Amino acid sequence: MAGGDELKLLGSWLSPFATRVKLALALKGLSYAEVEEDLCNKSELLLRSNPVHKKVPVLIHNGVPVCESVIIMQYIDEAFAGAGPSLLPLDPHERAVARFWASYIDEKLVIPWVRSFRGTTEEEKSEGLKQAFAAVENLEGALRECSKGKGGFFGGDGIGLVDITLGSLLTWAHAAEVMSGTRIFDPARTPLLAAWMVRFDELDVAKAVLPDVGRMVEFKTKQARALAAARASDSK
Amino acid sequence: MAGGGNGEVKLLGTWSSPFVLRVRLALSLKGVSYEYVEEDLKSKSQLLLESNPVYTKVPVLIHDGKPVCESLVILQYIDEAFAGIGPSLLPEDPHDRAVARFWAAYIDGTFLKASGQASSGKTEEEKAEGKKHAAAAVDNLEGALKECSKGKPFFGGDSPGYVDVVLGGVLVWLHAGDEMKGVKTFDPATTPLLAVWAESFDALDAVEAVMPDVSKLVEFAMAWIAQAAATAAAAAAATKGVFGSRTKWNGTEPFRV
Repeated sequence: MAGGDELKLLGSWLSPFATRVKLALALKGLSYAEVEEDLCNKSELLLRSNPVHKKVPVLIHNGVPVCESVIIMQYIDEAFAGAGPSLLPLDPHERAVARFWASYIDEKLVIPWVRSFRGTTEEEKSEGLKQAFAAVENLEGALRECSKGKGGFFGGDGIGLVDITLGSLLTWAHAAEVMSGTRIFDPARTPLLAAWMVRFDELDVAKAVLPDVGRMVEFKTKQARALAAARASDSK
Repeated sequence: MAGGGNGEVKLLGTWSSPFVLRVRLALSLKGVSYEYVEEDLKSKSQLLLESNPVYTKVPVLIHDGKPVCESLVILQYIDEAFAGIGPSLLPEDPHDRAVARFWAAYIDGTFLKASGQASSGKTEEEKAEGKKHAAAAVDNLEGALKECSKGKPFFGGDSPGYVDVVLGGVLVWLHAGDEMKGVKTFDPATTPLLAVWAESFDALDAVEAVMPDVSKLVEFAMAWIAQAAATAAAAAAATKGVFGSRTKWNGTEPFRV
């Protein structure tokens, strides 16, 4: 890292969006100060650095903030172009394909998947899960296209933007399997992604950065109970 | 893309789509020539279905036979694939680029989403919430313009860039909506910078060359609203019919056991 570069990441261990930034920084070998935000009691620094959305992650580089995980990853790729591997390929068309799938993951997988945990009705939850599975099927096709003949990652031989965007969700995937038996990357339905998941989990950066599954299960279980209790008392 | 020619560039679109318009604006600003194909969304072409199998939507840019989908992705592609031609859409500095990407994402993810809810929300309450969020978003965009333009006319500075095109694609629809509702989304009293920006943007040659007519959009929107109302009325009438006949059945022969 160039002399005098100060990097600070405002994040939360719970947030897969923050995990993405940690994965990107780790992959590029960049050191940074990590600030664990309490999302129920956000710091002045967070509110000042992201006044529009007030969300994590925020990467602060030499005092200047960058917000939104996919934007932060592209920023890291451009501002630290000489450090470690590139997150995006060189070819403009391949870059467009990577950006397309990164955006798809957030719009079509994350949103319905979250609905499947937090939906207010069983119907909403099961519809969310159905949509999430449909998105995973499309991602299976994408992986087949992107990894053609290479190391089995969306980025080819090594991980890139799309791998990190999706890989940040693996703790949820493992937690969901423990809690409900649901395998979002089911080898029977999406064999390439199931193999990709194993490959991703084995990476040094993943082992160093991905939150502990047990801790996530404990948190999600408590969260589900609290949500159910709040809704039961609302309806009384 | 170095060397002779841009290669073959084709754009699949519809004349009324703000997302397609963004791409046309970008190509026009950069001076890249292309073949435009008007799609009938009720009868999508084989080419569209093959080029965008995930969403089957327009716009799709096809460059040397390779498709690129999603307007924001296409704009960045155009900037990179045609880097030597015309002005750049995104700035040079990585932080300025991140800020531009942030506001582009905000326009779609927050502003347009709220505007959509304001007009198509399922309840009056949802619509009112959308309207409130859309107004707040416009205030934020006024701040964004101040930050990005640094006193110049456009988000991109002296000349229009990525955010100008992203918002510019939507601008003619804002004009149409304003005319229909008798309001001003970019009110000079509350958002003076945006009000001037809209005029400056509309006045650019490259923009005039591709912007559809506001009156045509108003006509299109009115026809769409009338169609939606007719469909809703027909659905309501059909439901009434069912109840009507049920009452008749209860009183007549077939129910006698």
